Amino acid sequence: MAIMNVNPTRMQMTKLKKQLQTARRGHKMLKDKRDELMRQFIELVQENKKLRDKVEAALSECHSHFISASAVMSRQALDSSLMSSGQQTGVDVRAKNIMSVDVPVFSAVSESSDEGGIFPYGFAFTSFELDDAVQSLNELLPDMIKLAEIEKSCELMAAEIERTRRRVNSLEHVMIPRYEETIRYISMKLEENDRSSRTRLMKVKDMLLDKAHHYSG
Amino acid sequence: MVKNIAFIGDSESVKGFGAVGIDAVICDSPENAAAVFKKIAEKDRYAVVYITEELYEAAQKEIQRFSETAVPAVIPLPGTRGNTRIGTKRLSAFVEQAVGSDILFK
Repeated sequence: MAIMNVNPTRMQMTKLKKQLQTARRGHKMLKDKRDELMRQFIELVQENKKLRDKVEAALSECHSHFISASAVMSRQALDSSLMSSGQQTGVDVRAKNIMSVDVPVFSAVSESSDEGGIFPYGFAFTSFELDDAVQSLNELLPDMIKLAEIEKSCELMAAEIERTRRRVNSLEHVMIPRYEETIRYISMKLEENDRSSRTRLMKVKDMLLDKAHHYSG
Repeated sequence: MVKNIAFIGDSESVKGFGAVGIDAVICDSPENAAAVFKKIAEKDRYAVVYITEELYEAAQKEIQRFSETAVPAVIPLPGTRGNTRIGTKRLSAFVEQAVGSDILFK
């Protein structure tokens, strides 16, 4: 592991030690964040899978209802019955914060304009298959909206987990070892300097003694 | 903030969604999917955009641009032409992105 390009001084070492401490603390916190995100993500994604299977199955049933409706009704009649809509479905969008990830929360808002309920057509010229189809689709709507909410949350959380994981790994395997290595390098260098100046002093002392008293000890 | 829901699909698949109050957007050829989706997504009127699987695949590049924003949520759903399981594959891709390998759906 490459060490940093720094001067081997005591001041630099103190600075690096402080940085190492910060890096360790950051690493610990990010790791906790990743673990908690992961736990919630796994829960959410399992729910997502269940809901998706349910919605897909129900949707294919709806499609088959519409196909049988189109078999007994003329195309024009069917299209014109479905053209106008008695209700407008929207979603109220709110934001929820899961471990610093902003995920949307959708709640369905539907406005019915008349008392005819969900059916946008009169019953006189339509078949009951069409009623079934519209009814089943209408019942599916809350699940579809829930699916959208959960699936979007999963998407956002997956991206955040990946980012956090990268940060944790880079701290753990690159930053922290590099700090440690550099600190070790500086402390060795300082000790080496220490030793060399000590021997130099001893040597000088010997020389001085020798000069003054012709004494060598 | 109340926003609308859109369903993009071929004329068979969107049938009925208009009746329950979802804006049905017809797009019969996959080549136009990206352009149609772009028009819908840029309006900022829609919080949820459902799209049939084949169109999802065709417009994937355009859809990717919204993967980091909270709205619109773009959700692929099977159309009348059968289920290609793109939705489930998308889920496994999320798991793979988050965990590093697909540990749930294998």
